[in-house]
Amino acid sequence: MFLQINDVSKTFDDKNQGSFEVFSGIDLNIEQNQFVSLLGPSGCGKSTLLSMVAGLESVSEGSIVLEGHEIKKAGTDRGMIFQQASLFPWLNVKENVMFPLKSTGSKKDAEEKADRFLQMVHLSRFKDHYTHELSGGMQQRVAIARALAMDPKVLLMDEPFGALDEQTRHILHEELMKIWEETKKTILFVTHSIQEAIKLSDRVIVMGTRPGKIIADFNIDLPRPRRRDDPQVIELEKKVMGLLEVEINKVLKEELSYESHY
Amino acid sequence: MKVIIKRVLFLLAVIGIWQLVYSLGVYEKIVFPGPLQVGQALITGFTTGDFLNALGASFRHLFSGLSLAILFGTILGVILGKSKQADETAGMYLIALQSIPSIVWVPLAIMLFGFSEFAVVFVVVLGGTFVMALNVRSAIHSVPPQLVRAARTMGTNGLSLFFRVEIPSSIPYFMSGLRLAWAFSWRALMAGELLSNGPGLGYSLRYAQDYARMDQVIGIIIIIGVIGAVVDQLVFSKLEKNVMKRWGLLKT
Repeated sequence: MFLQINDVSKTFDDKNQGSFEVFSGIDLNIEQNQFVSLLGPSGCGKSTLLSMVAGLESVSEGSIVLEGHEIKKAGTDRGMIFQQASLFPWLNVKENVMFPLKSTGSKKDAEEKADRFLQMVHLSRFKDHYTHELSGGMQQRVAIARALAMDPKVLLMDEPFGALDEQTRHILHEELMKIWEETKKTILFVTHSIQEAIKLSDRVIVMGTRPGKIIADFNIDLPRPRRRDDPQVIELEKKVMGLLEVEINKVLKEELSYESHY
Repeated sequence: MKVIIKRVLFLLAVIGIWQLVYSLGVYEKIVFPGPLQVGQALITGFTTGDFLNALGASFRHLFSGLSLAILFGTILGVILGKSKQADETAGMYLIALQSIPSIVWVPLAIMLFGFSEFAVVFVVVLGGTFVMALNVRSAIHSVPPQLVRAARTMGTNGLSLFFRVEIPSSIPYFMSGLRLAWAFSWRALMAGELLSNGPGLGYSLRYAQDYARMDQVIGIIIIIGVIGAVVDQLVFSKLEKNVMKRWGLLKT
């Protein structure tokens, strides 16, 4: 198996309220070259799980194994893209993409790579610009180029298009699909949008909350590009919506009952 | 109307009122010289080289004092910014020290080092160090955690993370610290020199007072004000603004 998440739990220790369990017993096997979405309501721990795969969060119990190596800390074999582009404002676009390449190989090599990936995200024209001169969508494309430049085994994307407007998101979906087909990276994609998950993924893993757990696992075999008005897509959306509604209601109920205690 | 014209007109008006009060003879001429006398004192001061020598000495004190203040302040600030232990232990005291007006240190400096130039430099160092340290501390704290996380996913950590992410990210706040350290040091310098045995602009000021040369006193006050404003505007504010713009913190 390519990426294995074995019986993983995450517990946060809180000094005041004792420990808080985000999820426990998560088991997942992810195959190489697949586009897998983690879909769920807020609080289900999908972003936490992704951060654990990235090595930014510790694993409380269980193990995460990538190609036979257990993940203990962050590394260049996993590229992460956050909701905020998280570019370095003191570097220009090209220097940002070259940032992870500084310690590996020659400068010329790094420059070539940066040029190649900037071309892939259609930003060659902007390579000398500073990041604050770019729109949100362009910044996110720089972040994608930067992650790809490390040539990671897995691309981890944490609601990468959540902060963008509808139009831009649409364009970036198409670009991401092209990049994925070109590079054949394994992508683990966190989102709370059902449409986004179904539009992009080979496999959608639906997570529930309180405590976080996997409640469904769909393989999506529809041809790409997928259209929103495709009856099969609509059918799937309804099915996932039904599952998530139960979870969202659970959260709402809990929040409301919490409120009435006061 | 252009800003520069407004400013010149305003200055002329102030000088006009000054001249008027002087001409009316409200105060004795010896305690209230007119603009012409002050201008004359400035010209004489510069042509005889007295003011230039004093200025040179002042800048020498300032340069050594401010350099040391920046160095010590940066080291202190980095330690407090990086170590929570250090911050919890000493952070409060730094704020207390920073709030002490630098003139308060002058008696201490004189007792320790006598009426020497070193005593003046000592006061300048104390004047600049604490404000620098506080700003460097906030500069380190201002590094967005998101950038640190992103850098870590790119295999950057430890010292490399400090030099490649934390330092460049905190440069805009570091620049504000620099500007404040200059402003505090400049004030400390004048306080220190005023009570020293010279040379220096502050000493010249007291010397002029001792000889009841009000025209020179006002002339030197004008020099001190002009230098303070010019250095701030032409050097530090400009530097800070350029960095802010470059870092995308300021809309052009």
